[in-house]
Amino acid sequence: MSDPIAGQDTKPGPKALHAVPDATPVDLDAAFRDSHVQEVLDKLDRELIGLKPVKTRIREIAALLLVDRLRKGIGLTAGAPSLHMCFTGNPGTGKTTVAMRMAEILHRLGYIRLGHLVAVTRDDLVGQYIGHTAPKTKEVLKKAMGGVLFIDEAYYLYKPENERDYGAESIEILLQVMENQREDLVVILAGYKDKMDRFFQSNPGMSSRIAHHIDFPDYAPDELVAIARLMLEEQQYRFSSDAERAFADYIIKRMKMPHFANARSVRNALDRARLRQANRLFAKPGAKLTKKDLVTIEAGDILASRVFTEGAPDTEIV
Amino acid sequence: MMTNPGNKVTQGQFSFLPDLTDAQITAQIKYALNNGWAVNVEYTDDPHPRNTYWEMYGMPMFDLKDPAGIMLEISNCRKTFPNHYIRVTAFDSSRGVESLRMSYLVNRPKNEPGFGLVRQESHGRNIRYTVHSYATDKPEGERY
Repeated sequence: MSDPIAGQDTKPGPKALHAVPDATPVDLDAAFRDSHVQEVLDKLDRELIGLKPVKTRIREIAALLLVDRLRKGIGLTAGAPSLHMCFTGNPGTGKTTVAMRMAEILHRLGYIRLGHLVAVTRDDLVGQYIGHTAPKTKEVLKKAMGGVLFIDEAYYLYKPENERDYGAESIEILLQVMENQREDLVVILAGYKDKMDRFFQSNPGMSSRIAHHIDFPDYAPDELVAIARLMLEEQQYRFSSDAERAFADYIIKRMKMPHFANARSVRNALDRARLRQANRLFAKPGAKLTKKDLVTIEAGDILASRVFTEGAPDTEIV
Repeated sequence: MMTNPGNKVTQGQFSFLPDLTDAQITAQIKYALNNGWAVNVEYTDDPHPRNTYWEMYGMPMFDLKDPAGIMLEISNCRKTFPNHYIRVTAFDSSRGVESLRMSYLVNRPKNEPGFGLVRQESHGRNIRYTVHSYATDKPEGERY
């Protein structure tokens, strides 16, 4: 041994590819069971309607992280994959909801240490005067470490029409941390598709550092009805069978009107239906009410909407 | 008689132990964060025991969940002040406490000359004693 350092190769860590025999057995099934990933995926399937591309990508990420863990187990290298994501889609397609869920999933898979989500917008990152932006952005990044940083409407960070906007400074700091501290936090950007595309065009560095661009499709009418059923269930209400048919009609009519925001419109419609239901119960004093009356939304509660009576969405105050 | 070979400054927690490793510092920060304390990084080149107020490195860090952010600040501070004393403090903001719960050194100068005893003759035959850091004879920033 002429070189003392070469002789002391006792440090545990990734060995060379040929150091591990090709026939080394690995137990993927056991690893899968132990990680409880299936529970998370099942929960996702149950609680999120539709969103096929999103679920497929989450399944892929889960598979990759599991395989990485197995590789590490037999001494192969397993570099932490970059998991920064970008969610694009129309309003109300579940971007924020999935981001919240993503923190939990990545935590279960052991990719992030804590699994909390810090949701911010431009205001939380960009300062108002020179020297204000860097500490502000760094503070947010430090808070998000060990979890997920969710930047809603990320395209507002960059304002091309104003050269002296401090957003660019914030993006620079973000990029640096996204690159150097991949194991400490996951950044998820979210926003509308066209604006996000323009944002990435003017910030190619950002686009290339984000491995997963996930597009959230609009919901089909039957998916929206299923979402409505799920929302009511959460609030311990239910549709009568007439009401469900009426709601399906409502959705089809509402989708053609302006400012339709997918699941968010459904939520608002249900909130108004609950108002009308409460009003209906009040309007007949002396009637004997049962639990069934308290939990059931009738067709009348839906059909009284302005979508049916006037052909205009309720939300619009003209 | 040398009671403290190397003249290591012994201030705060763990200061009689060998210097903490980064893994140990991370674990201590984790403990502070789990208790809901705000962790700060401070530095000085005047380690007199009565010098309580050190310079803060950056803003105090409230609402952090993970030690990674504080380790980042510590390593930045070490890069900026490689030959200063750097300590980590944990501030407990609960009412009735509102004070430091932890304070320990995470960086010290390579060479610590230590303190000398200064005697001052006062009225009568009285002697007043005080300690004086040899390093502070030089101006700030050139001490270590």
